[in-house]
Amino acid sequence: MLRLDNVSKVYRIGAFGGKALYAVNNVSFEVHKGEVVSLIGESGSGKSTIGKMILRLLDVTEGKITYNGEDISTFKGETLKNYYRQVQGVFQDPFSSYNPIFKADRIFEILREEFFPNIPIPEWQHRVKNALVSVGLNPAHVLNKYPYQLSGGQLQCFLIARALLLDIQFLVADEIISMLDASTRIDVLNLLADLKSRGLSILFITHDLSLAYYISERAVILYKGYVVERGAVEKIFHTPLHPYTRMLMDSIPRLDRKWEKGTTLLERKIEEFRGGCPYYERCPVAEKICAIYRPSLTEVDTDHFVACVHYEPSTNLLGAPAYTEQRTSQSGLG
Amino acid sequence: MALKVENLTVYYQTLRGDVHALEHATFQIADGEIMGLAGESGCGKTTLGHSLIVLFPPMKYIAGKVLLDGEELPIWDSERMNAYRFRKVSLIPQYAMNAMNPIRKIGKMIQELLESRGVDYREVLPELKRRLDLVSLSHEVLNMYPIELSGGMKQRMVMVISSLLNPSLLIADEITSALDVATQKAVAEMLVEFRDCQFVNTMIVVTHDISILYQIADSILIMYAGVLAEKAPTQSIIESPRHPYTRMLISSLPEVGVRHADKRLSGIPGNPPLLLNPPTGCRFRDRCPLAYERCLEEPPFLEIEKDHYVACWKEFESHA
Repeated sequence: MLRLDNVSKVYRIGAFGGKALYAVNNVSFEVHKGEVVSLIGESGSGKSTIGKMILRLLDVTEGKITYNGEDISTFKGETLKNYYRQVQGVFQDPFSSYNPIFKADRIFEILREEFFPNIPIPEWQHRVKNALVSVGLNPAHVLNKYPYQLSGGQLQCFLIARALLLDIQFLVADEIISMLDASTRIDVLNLLADLKSRGLSILFITHDLSLAYYISERAVILYKGYVVERGAVEKIFHTPLHPYTRMLMDSIPRLDRKWEKGTTLLERKIEEFRGGCPYYERCPVAEKICAIYRPSLTEVDTDHFVACVHYEPSTNLLGAPAYTEQRTSQSGLG
Repeated sequence: MALKVENLTVYYQTLRGDVHALEHATFQIADGEIMGLAGESGCGKTTLGHSLIVLFPPMKYIAGKVLLDGEELPIWDSERMNAYRFRKVSLIPQYAMNAMNPIRKIGKMIQELLESRGVDYREVLPELKRRLDLVSLSHEVLNMYPIELSGGMKQRMVMVISSLLNPSLLIADEITSALDVATQKAVAEMLVEFRDCQFVNTMIVVTHDISILYQIADSILIMYAGVLAEKAPTQSIIESPRHPYTRMLISSLPEVGVRHADKRLSGIPGNPPLLLNPPTGCRFRDRCPLAYERCLEEPPFLEIEKDHYVACWKEFESHA
């Protein structure tokens, strides 16, 4: 339903904008109806940039984003408004999404003025109440309050309720859990899961792999703007193939397994680096070829793509398969 | 016991009255122990951490005693505390990223810092360089400005500065929260290494992320709404928590290997009470599924097994 084809975002940097910085580089993936796709990466990986491009808050430099087959960059006026009726975003910090001088429920009134000016107010208030109930809030407790009187979780649910009042089909959820407390974050996650079962598609942007695993069917791992691995969530988590994904999996603090010893801050000299693999400088298993050759995404299993020379059938490297087996036996997942 | 805290109570003064941010905190930390301090936002964990080193207004000392290596810390007297800060008690602040002076080279800043405590920079320099090696920072950083370092590098730099004078107690406040998972792991492991090298005797690691504590802490103290709920060795807190809050908190954490479709986790319904006028009795009462009439009285923080402290009437009953 929403599809990215070779999307790149280039920022001009340097004194006269002479240098190009690829925040997002040639990214392609698709989100189907009723599916949750997680976009996982560290800070600076370009994950939020992708979310903003989908919401048309940023322009796409190269490539194309299509929604139900239509290029979203062509939308304007009425068609753009119609797009926003169906595609909405919720962001990380709920407190900065509100104007603190006004009551929090003002966001609903603005929505009515903008999108549904013909609906009479009593009818609208009824809809607002229904939306609040469907996100698990008690309208009597949360309406008529200022943002500071509500908790972060409640404000975040407000924003989701606001999105639900529109006839949304697609939600961009950008780190919406990370500011919330442990005891409330699971409620917001469960809410997303319920909405998914009602047919909503969600792009779940996060740096937390356990949250991604809990909720999504498919995952896209980003590193420095490149997709390094993508596919079904079980495959990525149980048999991570890209060295970066493995490193991530080994570094998550978990309650069922202690960390293996060893620091992960490897930094390779990048003098010989000439446009090769983006992970070259930190990769523990990089070969000479990785400095000059950038691997493309290859399908290694059904719905499991990885961009690493060790898994490209055409390049012949010794010693790579042994590494695979060793790692899989360590991870007693499931 | 390296650190002994007795009945520590700290309020925040506001125009609408006192906020009871920390009440009746009584616990102790053994030599060489890394204690994790966990809880949700607003539970008083940062207040507890800071009250051991600096009480900024509107924080107000109400009652209690803090003994470090058998010596009482004058935490209510900011002037007298200066003799202990940095030498005996040190802090790695939250947002350590912004803790360094942006217009001073790092080496110069450390020099000024040491001189303000009457320590000679040149004497400390060899040890400083040795520690930079330990956290894999090049000696060059001393001639750099903070802006030239990445977030993880700044965090490591601040760790080295904070522990430079081998304090007896080091308080690390949310130091891993803003980092990526890979850097997070490296920084957390360095904390353990600092303890193993005996740069610091004991450590309090304040964080909201219990899974980090499981990796590095020897014991965990759980706080709820300004009071201590449970303290026990790490393994016991994770595997056999006794306080209903700890139990619910740990079972609500999503983990790799748990899918929504297979197992639906649930949060804790309700919100923590406001601390401006906290309810009497157990503060978790309103959200607790086990609450009964006894909970109208405040439960004491008692040792029910060796090194396992809990504040819950139901637990005392089953152990009576």
